[in-house]
Amino acid sequence: MNETQQPPAIAAMQARSAEALREARISIRGVDFFYGANKALKGIDLDLPDRQVTGMIGPSGCGKSTLLRVLNRMYDLYPGQRAEGQVLMDGTNILDPGIDLNQLRSRVGMVFQKPTPFPMTIYENIAFGVKLHEKLSKSAMDERVEWSLTRAALWEEAKDRLNTSAMGLSGGQQQRLCIARTIAVRPDVILLDEPTSALDPISTLKIEELIDELKRDFTIAIVTHNMQQAARCADQVAFFYLGELVEVGSAMQMFTAPRLKRTQEYITGRFG
Amino acid sequence: MSELAEHIVKSFEQELARLRTLITDMGGMVERQVALACAAVLDRDGEAASQAVQADPAVDVLEREAEQFVIRLLALRQPMAEDLRHIVAALKIAAELERIGDYAKNVAKRSIVLGQFSVPFPLSGLSNMSRLVQENLKLVIDATGENDTEKALEVWRSDEQIDDIYNALFRELITYMMEDPRNITPCAHLLFVAKNLERIGDHATNIAEMVYYAVKGEPMPDGRPKGDSSAYAVVRPQEQKAP
Repeated sequence: MNETQQPPAIAAMQARSAEALREARISIRGVDFFYGANKALKGIDLDLPDRQVTGMIGPSGCGKSTLLRVLNRMYDLYPGQRAEGQVLMDGTNILDPGIDLNQLRSRVGMVFQKPTPFPMTIYENIAFGVKLHEKLSKSAMDERVEWSLTRAALWEEAKDRLNTSAMGLSGGQQQRLCIARTIAVRPDVILLDEPTSALDPISTLKIEELIDELKRDFTIAIVTHNMQQAARCADQVAFFYLGELVEVGSAMQMFTAPRLKRTQEYITGRFG
Repeated sequence: MSELAEHIVKSFEQELARLRTLITDMGGMVERQVALACAAVLDRDGEAASQAVQADPAVDVLEREAEQFVIRLLALRQPMAEDLRHIVAALKIAAELERIGDYAKNVAKRSIVLGQFSVPFPLSGLSNMSRLVQENLKLVIDATGENDTEKALEVWRSDEQIDDIYNALFRELITYMMEDPRNITPCAHLLFVAKNLERIGDHATNIAEMVYYAVKGEPMPDGRPKGDSSAYAVVRPQEQKAP
């Protein structure tokens, strides 16, 4: 059916369709990944559209978290792990050995499954990362902390206790603090590795609302095991299986009419 | 897409099967109701008419059951992809079938009035139309039960023929009314009977579209043939010859 025939409600939904996907912020081209001799990713080609959310789904061990770790070279911390191929960002291959990793990680931030606040105050949690990259005056730093906490929807809850330990926050608040810490260095891309799997449903929804809010400014990739979450949050969805990218499409298309049988079976809970 | 594997959650698989059965049962009931209503008009069969009317509440009960079942599935299973499409289609098909049942009931009721009048003209157009409508209904219910998109497309294509017969019948009945005012009451009822059958054909087409979408994940290729042009029909009495 062509666009003009679509009723307005569907047309609005299709703001999330393939046509509506923006230009790539990150282009992954022919990426292979090895844990020693074990090949965990096989020839991945994927674009992360600019200031939109890409959801990565697939059974455990399919390579989706591995791909996330490639995007900010997290794997470099471990011997025996290596990536081949190209991950292009502004025309630069970030897999290039000559890349400044600190700078890369300030541009590509990451939030993990379990909240990982540093054992210091809420204020320091945010200022810590900023200090590594920028020299700010006290007032500029105060502003940055407030901006980050506001964007992470934590300011109202945290503004009166900035100098208390971050460990005293609830799980959901800690996760939002981690997101605040990530955006404090003003990255281009945010990687979220199952950011809500340890959270209660309300905290989960707050994070999802936050993702919706943050995608105005940031390109986001989220790995999730929760199919409904991918459907709610993502503009583009990529399905991985056994280290391969099986199918990628708009969230609307992937969850109503995926093209491939394997995707269909995984999404509908028929995977044997 | 070839046959999918079974769901990991067996009870979900069973619920989907039950929904399918519910819809095909309902289809069978409505099919029989339409057959009775057509026989009531064409064979002037009063017994068939009352059976068609009495069958209606049971169809309504099944529709409500299907609706509640679908809401339950949506709330508790959060279906995706093909499952989602089939469940939404089932909800809409149940509503279409219920409407078809209503039309059949209306046809049967009119047959009771028609029975009180002599109809001094052949009902061959109506008979053709009722045969086609019943064939289409049977075909679309088979398409629903078997997820057969070829059958769905066949129903969708042949609806045009039903519309053509309806348009011809419309003019024919107006002509009879002009010939003799005593024909007006039976012809007015027959017009409604024909319109109801035409609507049943349209609802069968809607079901065909639903089946196609549920199976293929995309709408039917083109706009459906819309053939009721009776809204523009004009039949004028022939001018009286000068004495």
